[in-house]
Amino acid sequence: MSQTADSVVDQIDHDHSHAGPRKGPLRWLLTVNHKDVGTMYLVLSLVALLVGGVMALLIRAELFQPGLQLTQPQFFNSLTTMHGITMIFLAIMPGLAGLANWMVPLQIGADDMYWPKVNNWAFWMLPPAAIMLWGTFFMSQGAPGGGWTLYAPLSSTFAPPSIDWVIMAIHIMGISSILGALNIIMTILKMRAKGMRLWDMPLFTWTWLITGFLLLLAMPTLAIAVTMLLTDRHLGTEFFEASGNPVLYQHIFWFFGHPEVYIMILPAFGVVSEIVPAFSRKPLFGRTSMIWAVIAITFMSAIVWAHHMFTVGLPVEGQLLFMYTTMLIAVPTGIKVFNWIATMWRGSMTFEAPMLWALGFIFLFTIGGLSGLMLADVPADYQYQDTYFVVAHLHYVVVTGSLFAIIAGVLFWLPKWTGHMYNETLAKWHFWLSVISVNIAFFPMHFAGLAGMPRRIPDYPMQFMDFNAISTVGAFVFGFSQLLLIWLVIQTIRGGKPAGDRPWDGAKGLEWTLPSPPPYHTFVEPPSQQTVHEEGPHGHH
Amino acid sequence: MMWKRLLLTLFTLTASGGIAAQQKESAFNMPVGVTEVSRDAFDMHMLLFWTCVGIGVSVFSVMAWSLYHHRRSRGAKAAKFSENTTVEVVWTIIPVLILTAVTVPATAILLKTNAESPNPDMVVDVHGSQWKWKYVYPEEDISFFSNLATSSRDASQMNPETSPADAPDYLLAVDNPLVVPTDKTIRLRITSDDVIHSWWVPQLGFKLDAVPGSFNNADIRIDEPGTYRGQCAELCGTGHAYMPVVVKALAPPAYAEWVAEKKEAAAKEAAQASGPWTMETAMAQGKKLYASACASCHQANGQGIEGTFPALDGGKITTGPVKGHMDIVIHGSEKNPVMQAYGGQLSDREIAAVVTYERNAWSNDTGDLVTPEAVEAAR
Repeated sequence: MSQTADSVVDQIDHDHSHAGPRKGPLRWLLTVNHKDVGTMYLVLSLVALLVGGVMALLIRAELFQPGLQLTQPQFFNSLTTMHGITMIFLAIMPGLAGLANWMVPLQIGADDMYWPKVNNWAFWMLPPAAIMLWGTFFMSQGAPGGGWTLYAPLSSTFAPPSIDWVIMAIHIMGISSILGALNIIMTILKMRAKGMRLWDMPLFTWTWLITGFLLLLAMPTLAIAVTMLLTDRHLGTEFFEASGNPVLYQHIFWFFGHPEVYIMILPAFGVVSEIVPAFSRKPLFGRTSMIWAVIAITFMSAIVWAHHMFTVGLPVEGQLLFMYTTMLIAVPTGIKVFNWIATMWRGSMTFEAPMLWALGFIFLFTIGGLSGLMLADVPADYQYQDTYFVVAHLHYVVVTGSLFAIIAGVLFWLPKWTGHMYNETLAKWHFWLSVISVNIAFFPMHFAGLAGMPRRIPDYPMQFMDFNAISTVGAFVFGFSQLLLIWLVIQTIRGGKPAGDRPWDGAKGLEWTLPSPPPYHTFVEPPSQQTVHEEGPHGHH
Repeated sequence: MMWKRLLLTLFTLTASGGIAAQQKESAFNMPVGVTEVSRDAFDMHMLLFWTCVGIGVSVFSVMAWSLYHHRRSRGAKAAKFSENTTVEVVWTIIPVLILTAVTVPATAILLKTNAESPNPDMVVDVHGSQWKWKYVYPEEDISFFSNLATSSRDASQMNPETSPADAPDYLLAVDNPLVVPTDKTIRLRITSDDVIHSWWVPQLGFKLDAVPGSFNNADIRIDEPGTYRGQCAELCGTGHAYMPVVVKALAPPAYAEWVAEKKEAAAKEAAQASGPWTMETAMAQGKKLYASACASCHQANGQGIEGTFPALDGGKITTGPVKGHMDIVIHGSEKNPVMQAYGGQLSDREIAAVVTYERNAWSNDTGDLVTPEAVEAAR
């Protein structure tokens, strides 16, 4: 396989595979190098995080006080809709894909991805999709405001014309994800260094292998759902009209939507499973059951979708079934949390920034998991559904879950990528500001929801005033704290203490056998079986 | 520790017939409410809450202990172990037991809540539409729209003359609440005339989606007279925040009085309506209908909202040919689905009244008096 990858590289770069990157700006457009593509995914993720973050801050600014101050209701709805789509499809997913592009080949001793050209295409589909998506703000009647879930008929026949562009953007992002997933699956299955069995693979690679399959299940389902919206709009079908069945859309959407949640969290589990052992200086506890837990979660994620729909009028048997399956998913998730704690137990822990973010993840993701357990309980969910309690829950799993893990991963591998240590003091400031403010932003939302505040409203009754004022303050501090992260990364790229091959003394894995920064082409000579063994779960050094 | 707490909660639940009764309403928590369903939901919520607190405290204590004692700065040396089948089995089984403990009562409550009463005392049809509710009492021949109160609507504009703090029950007040008797089983049949809405009053303990094309049924039985306020819970477009759900529960005698009054008023209106069709009667009836059916989008002053809802004051349709004006009211707008077809919701006479009103209100002075016969012909 490595021959194919090399010959493609040669063709495109007109270069010898040992040489450096192409000179000039075309490097980024034409690159088929997994490290370049990984970097581009991460930059896109950061840009989307800022764009989606500005939307979030506009939302929070409007909600600071009762009454309308900044946004008309329709524009507010567009903001919540676009914030959701942007963060999920352009910030979190590309962030995790960026880590995969950089790290999967390095972790398995491969010289690049299986299809380097496809890798380039998969990335370069995203910027046009982003422009299409964000461009809808400037179209007639503004951007769609039916929520990121695009429920019909509000987002089909009742939507502004710009919904067609959003659907097109979703199709493009979906194709990009499918290509990316196929590429990662093939890379892992076909290009592992000799001597690395599947069960020996690092956890981050493992979670991405499984996530790849989950993407192949989920993304085509989303494509089907949004295509049906399109035909309802333009071809006279009535799938989701009153004459058809509007609830059918929700079934199809959440058959994508719930696996999507795990697409965003499984690689995050992988990152945390790399970091916790490294800073505890102790092997991951219960490695095999950790992998099986991820596999179990994956299968179960496909049979819990209707727990998003307990108030649409499902038959009681259906409500019971989905309550049971949802409750059950807490078991493998619990196993993961317990195993991380057991990994720390009797370790020799230090608390550099990546470890702090991983600990923040474990603590706050667990809170999100527990509120998820409450939401699974149908009689109580009749009250929780569609309130700020749900908004709190989902931000605890996506922001303090997925996003925290991405930041943890970036800081963990940044010394490897750049060859420089980041500024630990600045990193600690960034962490503590973020972790405190994120809770000020999202914790009061639990109370607002319990007290009866529906989600997705631009204005609210007086009794929710204090909760909202506090949330807004927290959100602004959290948002602006992320400027520290940008500064930290730029600083590290430009210089700093040399990192050395293995900046973290407790870290194991093939990536740490390479120089920092690694040469443009790595593992052109595959690692020796002895190295693979030493850096694997059974090796000692 | 966790088990003790759990058992304690379970014990309290069974021993006292629910903890709900002993709780005071809190601004930080779910309301206990005034129905069996709401008390069940509250009990379930508290059981889950304390279970989660128990799990959280146990897990985080172990984690915190380890973080403190097993740090390198305290000289901790890393152990070598990396698996133990016994503990793995234990922490698989314990969660299963905890989950079973909360799922059993949840199942019982769910089966009870979803069982429809074989013969409810009365029926009310609830129609959601953008952005108001319509309540129909098929047995009493009563039907009306429930719109956001004018005080809230005025205070909810940008740069309002009165602040939201001065509007009574801001965004939770309506012109006509749903009125029902206490201690009767009321079957709500919930549906929608356009997009999906969700009918929710926290004090009644549930929300249920209003889905176009089908009915969702819920039986409610309210114990205490009072006014209970909630909001639409499913994003339904621009006015989603502006369609509250208000239920006024009256003791049965007071309810009977209300029904009688409502019928009398309807009879009076019918008498008036069967009288001669003059500009005056048309304008009076039209003004009322406009306020309940049209003002939530086009605004009481007819100015609409720029870019979203066209102004009717000096508008092309309201000052153009009568035929086009009647058409859009009866059949709705092809271009903009938010403008519903009112042909099925309003009578000929009502449509004639509202069209007449719109053509002669504000600065419009077409002088057109549209007749019910003309509307019938335009259908």
